[in-house]
Amino acid sequence: MSAIAPAPLSRERLLELYRVMATIRRFEEVACQLLVDGKITAGLHASIGQEAVATGVCGGLELRDLILSNHRGHGHCIAKGVDLRAMMAELMGKASGTNRGRGGSMHIADSAQGILGANGIVGGGIPIAVGAAYACRVRQSDQVVACFFGDGAANEGVCHEGMNLASLWKLPVLFVCEHNQYAEHTPQNVHAAVPDLAVRAAGYAMPGVTVDGNDVLAVLSAVGTAVKLARSGGGPTFLEFKTYRIRGHFEGDPQRYKPAGEQDRWKERDPLKLFTEYLTGPGGLGQPPLEAIKQDVENAIREAVAFAEAAPLPALDEVTANVYAES
Amino acid sequence: MRELKYWKAVNEALSEEMARDERVTLVGEDVAAPGGPFGASRGLLDKFGPWRVKDTPISEAVIAGLGVGAALAGLRPVVEIMFFDFMGLAMDQVVNQAAKVSYMSGGRQRLPLTIRTICGAGRNNGPQHSQNLEAWFCHVPGLKVVWPSTPADAKGLLKSAIRDDNPVIVIDSLSLWTSTESVSEEEVLTPIGKAVVRRSGADATVVAVGAMVPRALAAATQLATEGIDTEVIDLRTLSPLDRETILTSVAKTHRLVIAHDAVKPFGFGAEIAAMVAEEALEELDARIRRVAAPWAPVPFSPALEGAYYAQAPEIQAAVRAVLDRK
Repeated sequence: MSAIAPAPLSRERLLELYRVMATIRRFEEVACQLLVDGKITAGLHASIGQEAVATGVCGGLELRDLILSNHRGHGHCIAKGVDLRAMMAELMGKASGTNRGRGGSMHIADSAQGILGANGIVGGGIPIAVGAAYACRVRQSDQVVACFFGDGAANEGVCHEGMNLASLWKLPVLFVCEHNQYAEHTPQNVHAAVPDLAVRAAGYAMPGVTVDGNDVLAVLSAVGTAVKLARSGGGPTFLEFKTYRIRGHFEGDPQRYKPAGEQDRWKERDPLKLFTEYLTGPGGLGQPPLEAIKQDVENAIREAVAFAEAAPLPALDEVTANVYAES
Repeated sequence: MRELKYWKAVNEALSEEMARDERVTLVGEDVAAPGGPFGASRGLLDKFGPWRVKDTPISEAVIAGLGVGAALAGLRPVVEIMFFDFMGLAMDQVVNQAAKVSYMSGGRQRLPLTIRTICGAGRNNGPQHSQNLEAWFCHVPGLKVVWPSTPADAKGLLKSAIRDDNPVIVIDSLSLWTSTESVSEEEVLTPIGKAVVRRSGADATVVAVGAMVPRALAAATQLATEGIDTEVIDLRTLSPLDRETILTSVAKTHRLVIAHDAVKPFGFGAEIAAMVAEEALEELDARIRRVAAPWAPVPFSPALEGAYYAQAPEIQAAVRAVLDRK
């Protein structure tokens, strides 16, 4: 199934990848339903269909590595190890949220897990990722920084500024472009002058690869190469993962801009479907306990929802709290 | 005591803070090998090496954003935006990112970032290299904005900014770059958020910042020969504003003039005037006066620029006006 033959992974590792993807899928489905039910207010950008990118990228990172995420970032945060309960509470604007209810869906941050923050400004995390990588270099740490952004963000000026600087200074950045074919409601052939954005990497003297983003093992393999290069001081890589978002740009988006049949074609390449076929097929794990994993995932998310629903709202005086940090 | 030039004071602050704390770094256009576009970082590359003092491409958005990321990842970075006007290229990283880290994280993250920039006003630098844009940044919760007027405060405020765990914008007036004063050898940390009364007076209060302060003091000297005793407040910090010092002065003099180089409409003088009118209208014996630039970009021609910024005579006229004198 994989276009790139990965190094053999342990059974434990493969099942962990499945668990993470299943968790992202189910979290997003539940969050979308909670939005419909009015328990989460507007501003939900679901990453259903894109689970393999988050899982494969974070699967290739260590806890000490850092990520910058974006508005479609729940999956990134889950894959990097955020507490599901705290993230669900944040989506509900509760004081027990990752950001104490102050940020919401697009701004999940958890420094302890290396999640420097998700960003509501398209491309806004790119300069920040470059800066975080600079800090790692100054501190002589071998951490790497993965910055998630989409094909839309790749056209922001800061993407080009960031690629130039990261390459010049050989900073340990993974420019992770989740190419889901759309920038908001505009398809890629209307917003980008080239179909494969990774060609731009050559213009900044850095390696650029275009990979099937719905093949979690292909993602993991590409990330492995990039991480090795970054940790050894070899500088950044532009990783373009081709994928598709099954839902709209935001929850409630009627998606009239998607041509007939396109979504169905991509559903055939659903990353969870593909990985399940691999794990249960020839060369896989035989009869892996996928249903048991899905049940564990279901329980974990139910627990997260219960935690979030029971959590207190922030007190009104928090409206003006933490505008400044006390020195 | 020794005679210290303004730019050397900035240089000393950077050098001392970088020696004191290895997490302090300096990044920007021409800061390393060239020693700064105006000499502020002379010698720092040799002292601290090519990773802590680094020349960047012309990429203001990434320069500012690099500061944000580095501050989130364990450093205490100083980044330079060469001219105040170029902040326009960095607005997202300053306003949407840096300013909101502490609040948006519910206080779980902090951003010890210093942004140095130079205001080119008064040096025939033209419309795109001379602006006073401080009101933009004062209006953003989460940012601090400081603007020294003396070498001692240039050193003290920059040191305080670097030690502050918040994003602080430090503005230097290019027209004060070679000004000199006697400064103590001892380390002084000028507090952020505290104005200073440069000249105590009983008849009228003049509030000013940066390059306007010497002109306000010159106006006060002239007014003294007319028997008018002017109190001059040097704000030093624009945001957070030292309301107490302003209100205490107004309670004493009952007359307020605000002078700034920024254009009058929507300048920070409007905030001070509104604040005083809201909090202490009954203390005022005359209307508030603002002395500021007219509603136009900064002209290049020396003949025009000379008339564009308010000088001591305009401040004197405003003080006489609030005292009903001619």
